[in-house]
Amino acid sequence: MIRARCEVLSSRAAGAFQSVTLVAPEIAERAKPGQFVEVAVPDGRADFLRRPFFIHQASRRGGWAGTVELIVDRRGPGSTWLAGTQAHEFVDLIGPCGNGFGLPRPTNCLLFGIGYGAAPLYFLAEELRTRGKRVDMIVCARSQDRLLKPIEGKRLAHSITIVTGDGSVGERAEPLDVLEETLERSSSQVVYAVGPKETLRGAAELCRTRRIPAQMAVEELMACGLGMCLTCVVPVTETRGGALVNARACVEGPVFNAGRVQWDRWLGTEVSEPSEEDVPAETSVAAK
Amino acid sequence: MKPTLAVDLAGVHLPTPVMVASGCLSSPKELAGLVDPRKVGGIVTRTITAEPDLGAPTPRMAETASGLLAETGLQNEGVEAFVVDLPALTQVGVPLFASIGGTTVEEFTRVAARLIALRAVGALELNLSCADAHRENRPFAASANRAAEVVAAVAGISRVAVFAKLSDEGADVVDVAMQCVAAGAHGLTLISPIRGLAIDAETARPKLASGAGRLSGPAIKPVALLAVYRVAEALPDTPIIGVGGIATADDAVEFLLAGAWAVQVGTAMFTNPSAPVDVAVGVGRYLVEHELPSPASLRGRAHHQMAGNRG
Repeated sequence: MIRARCEVLSSRAAGAFQSVTLVAPEIAERAKPGQFVEVAVPDGRADFLRRPFFIHQASRRGGWAGTVELIVDRRGPGSTWLAGTQAHEFVDLIGPCGNGFGLPRPTNCLLFGIGYGAAPLYFLAEELRTRGKRVDMIVCARSQDRLLKPIEGKRLAHSITIVTGDGSVGERAEPLDVLEETLERSSSQVVYAVGPKETLRGAAELCRTRRIPAQMAVEELMACGLGMCLTCVVPVTETRGGALVNARACVEGPVFNAGRVQWDRWLGTEVSEPSEEDVPAETSVAAK
Repeated sequence: MKPTLAVDLAGVHLPTPVMVASGCLSSPKELAGLVDPRKVGGIVTRTITAEPDLGAPTPRMAETASGLLAETGLQNEGVEAFVVDLPALTQVGVPLFASIGGTTVEEFTRVAARLIALRAVGALELNLSCADAHRENRPFAASANRAAEVVAAVAGISRVAVFAKLSDEGADVVDVAMQCVAAGAHGLTLISPIRGLAIDAETARPKLASGAGRLSGPAIKPVALLAVYRVAEALPDTPIIGVGGIATADDAVEFLLAGAWAVQVGTAMFTNPSAPVDVAVGVGRYLVEHELPSPASLRGRAHHQMAGNRG
């Protein structure tokens, strides 16, 4: 794990989000899609814990080499602070944290991202394309301003379906309906999903009944993101033996095989309406 | 003369007075590159129980002003699996304190018996915030008698030093501390995170799935400091490890001045994983600047000042 004081290279709006690019060569070099960084807030603040953010892009080559790009959703004081940092400011980063997505043997990959959850999928799409995989994307948001980089998605994916809750752009539909439809008509062999827990539970069920392996990056409140505090646990069955364990989303996750996650135990058996609003205000890999 | 940072705690030799609080350095490998575990004064393990424990439901945490409210339950792999994983910790080479938990006196002694059979464990720290099954799940430390019963049972079989970790849990911490020492505790760790609550104003529900949680971080430092100060006054010869909101060398020095022999750093590691090392370096610098030979020369000095002021 690397800890470094990293210079803000640029900060610009991406719809309702802020895209913050930092100079972090060692982290960029090691980063895998699905991993995150822990950002320290300045000393002396009442909100003193580090904030986790998915790595949206890590550039190892070319003119922007040695940078990581974070997507910041202003959900609390920490993320609002980071979104307001200016070029040439320095930020204390630890990363890359977590396990990241496993890259598949099959060829046809479907990437399903809801709201802020789409942030790590563009990095993944790029890695998959580099390996000659087919990438289809479904990117969902409440409204157009919270739709993350649709143009970037069009560049990276073979096909992209854009879904908004209010119909301001793309299809007006429920994300899970679109996923189900896509699974019916496409030849997807593996699904990668990131978003609110309730939607992931629904997506896991859709994949399970169709026997399609799925990897999901989950969000659970975490205090440290480094494996110490044991707050961000997710109930999963162990790969060997099948025993139930509370696995840390920051070290054993944030990516889990959907079939291992004990969704009912984690979320309760009462199924509430899946939506982007389900994300807690101070969520795991998303800013407090 | 260059001061020493070493401290002797009831026969346990700490290379520095700044230890890692319970659970924060359970897997040194995972923090590789962020903290050099060989440079900490000692490591306290996660609280170990007799059987594996899945811990509390999520959400387990809420950030409050200068504090972390968390309830993880006693999530741990159980003593047998812990023993298998122990070499990763003992290889570090600094004193290892095994934190022990339980819901009955018997569970504490069972875990203690299993651990003290191992040469690797340098001392035991009894987590007396654990729920007492015989007293409606109130913490053991809420009753001086019950806390002392656990201490007596464990100290009776232990060949290593036994530290009782306490907080004000409804009984006065000074009374509980005195009874624990009378029952055979070799030292005290003060304080455990204190109980607290956070409520989500929108959903009108507690933010933690468990309802209440335990508050740690800078918010509790004055509470911890007072507990150390008062207990040190009552028990000047008992080794005290101060813990609660320590993030800087100045924080650590305050605890030593209040009467602590050593300190532990916990929540501060979440922001700065090398905090225990950084704090020890800063304490060393403080000793040089004040021409003092060792951390022990700071011990309890605030008491003399107070006495002087009164006189």
